[in-house]
Amino acid sequence: MPKVYLDHISANPVLPEVVQAMLPFVAERYGNASSLHSWGQAARDCVEAARSQVAALIGALPSEIIFTSSGTEANNLAIKGLALANEKKGKHILCSAIEHASVLNPARALKKYGFELELIPVDRHGLVDPDEVKRRLRADTVLVSVMQANNEIGTIEPLAEIAAFTREKGVVFHTDAVASAGNIPVNVSKLGVDALSLSANQFYGPAGAAALWLRRGVRATPILDGGFQEDNRRAGSENVAGIIGMGKAAELAAARMSERMSQLTALRDRLLAGIPARIERVVATGHPTLRLPGHASFCIEFIEGESMLLWLDASGVAVSSVSACTSRALKTSHVLLATGMEQALAQGSVVFSLGVNNTVKDVDYVLETLTGIVNNLRQMSPLYAKFIKGVS
Amino acid sequence: MYSDKVMDHFMHPRNVGEIADADGIGEMGNPVCGDMMTFYIKVENNRLTDVKFKTFGCGAAIAVSSMTSEMAIGKTLEEAMLITPQSVADELGGLPKVKFHCSNLGADALHQAIDDYRKKKGLPPLSSSEHDHGHDHDDEAEGEAPSCDAPCKV
Repeated sequence: MPKVYLDHISANPVLPEVVQAMLPFVAERYGNASSLHSWGQAARDCVEAARSQVAALIGALPSEIIFTSSGTEANNLAIKGLALANEKKGKHILCSAIEHASVLNPARALKKYGFELELIPVDRHGLVDPDEVKRRLRADTVLVSVMQANNEIGTIEPLAEIAAFTREKGVVFHTDAVASAGNIPVNVSKLGVDALSLSANQFYGPAGAAALWLRRGVRATPILDGGFQEDNRRAGSENVAGIIGMGKAAELAAARMSERMSQLTALRDRLLAGIPARIERVVATGHPTLRLPGHASFCIEFIEGESMLLWLDASGVAVSSVSACTSRALKTSHVLLATGMEQALAQGSVVFSLGVNNTVKDVDYVLETLTGIVNNLRQMSPLYAKFIKGVS
Repeated sequence: MYSDKVMDHFMHPRNVGEIADADGIGEMGNPVCGDMMTFYIKVENNRLTDVKFKTFGCGAAIAVSSMTSEMAIGKTLEEAMLITPQSVADELGGLPKVKFHCSNLGADALHQAIDDYRKKKGLPPLSSSEHDHGHDHDDEAEGEAPSCDAPCKV
């Protein structure tokens, strides 16, 4: 049975070159990067080289990179840190309605410090209208956060257009680029943002290594109390091996970006065209063209995502779903609901995210397998029976 | 996540289908929640001679439907009323905690089909407080704005 992994939005393989770069630092080169002896200084040099590699990926200065343990930590540092550092100016925060939980939940947590969170709506493709942001900017707005690309629906947001308004008002603009950095060109100057989160595993680096980029002069109050690492902005001994892996992965992502993008876009478009051609009553989610190169997402009517996912897994295919049943909280995806997706249809969510190891053969296998699975599940669905009988 | 038995009933569900001339039909759940099942029964001499179902839902919902149908066939109506979400889950070797309430609607749908049969015969329902185990059936009958927080108490 073929094995086809199409869940790169959840986790990615680590490239062999990245593993090779990390290995010495996992075992024998164990110096603490903050130590003054030669073991420590050797680690420091490599951490700083990685910082330059990561900065180069997004067109930033190395000194603007703060390494963190995860995308979630980077987002927490951005939201809490930027809000608290600016609280004298006001307590109004704007986030898009489709942000990841690691942005929305820290923003909600700030309510206990008197902050007010306002959500920016999106259209049916998941796009934020920059004018909606402009309209909501107030004298006491201190932070705007809009993700670069959404992990559930793949849509890429018009950050530069939004940044024009935030800059005019002098409001700090953060973007969660975890799903996009390393996968599409990211240049912080061109985007005009002030803070950006990125995570190594999303571009074939190790899990547990991530970063927050903060434009020079932008302050964020630390959220971890401890030592003076990362220029006093993030306490805790550096994850030297992870950071070195992130640096190598960033270098490779920059070098291979256009090659990867054209490979993944072709595979993605094969899925985007192939699924509706084979299966009736399917809705593609997210934007048809302004989307991540390797991301194709759908809601398939009359069946539920988890049962699709389990059947695909039994056929050797790994995918994601954001149906209520696949979420720990048993809640329908806030992202799909924000795009106006009907609740019942949202239960048929399936998310395909491609990676550099995927081939046309993989996609064709998935198209063939999925068609059979959808037919089987529909045969036992009372909703499909009603549809066929013309009741609903 | 699921036991081998749950996976077996999910991948090879027993008694899937509809009964064209069913003696009773019961429906539970809501597509908004992600789980909905319809049960069809045939009754002879107060005994369930056939049970079929159609289910929209997750792995647990499909396995629960399959197991419920298997447990019910051959039982008298009174015996079938003793099937509970807990006994179905036990027969399946347990269900993940998070799945117990939302997806475990097979016994309810079966009991509804039995009451539907009795109603057609002019008999009082067999279901009463003893099969009330926390699900708010009325929420669905009322047709309130469908929301998972209402019909599927989590």
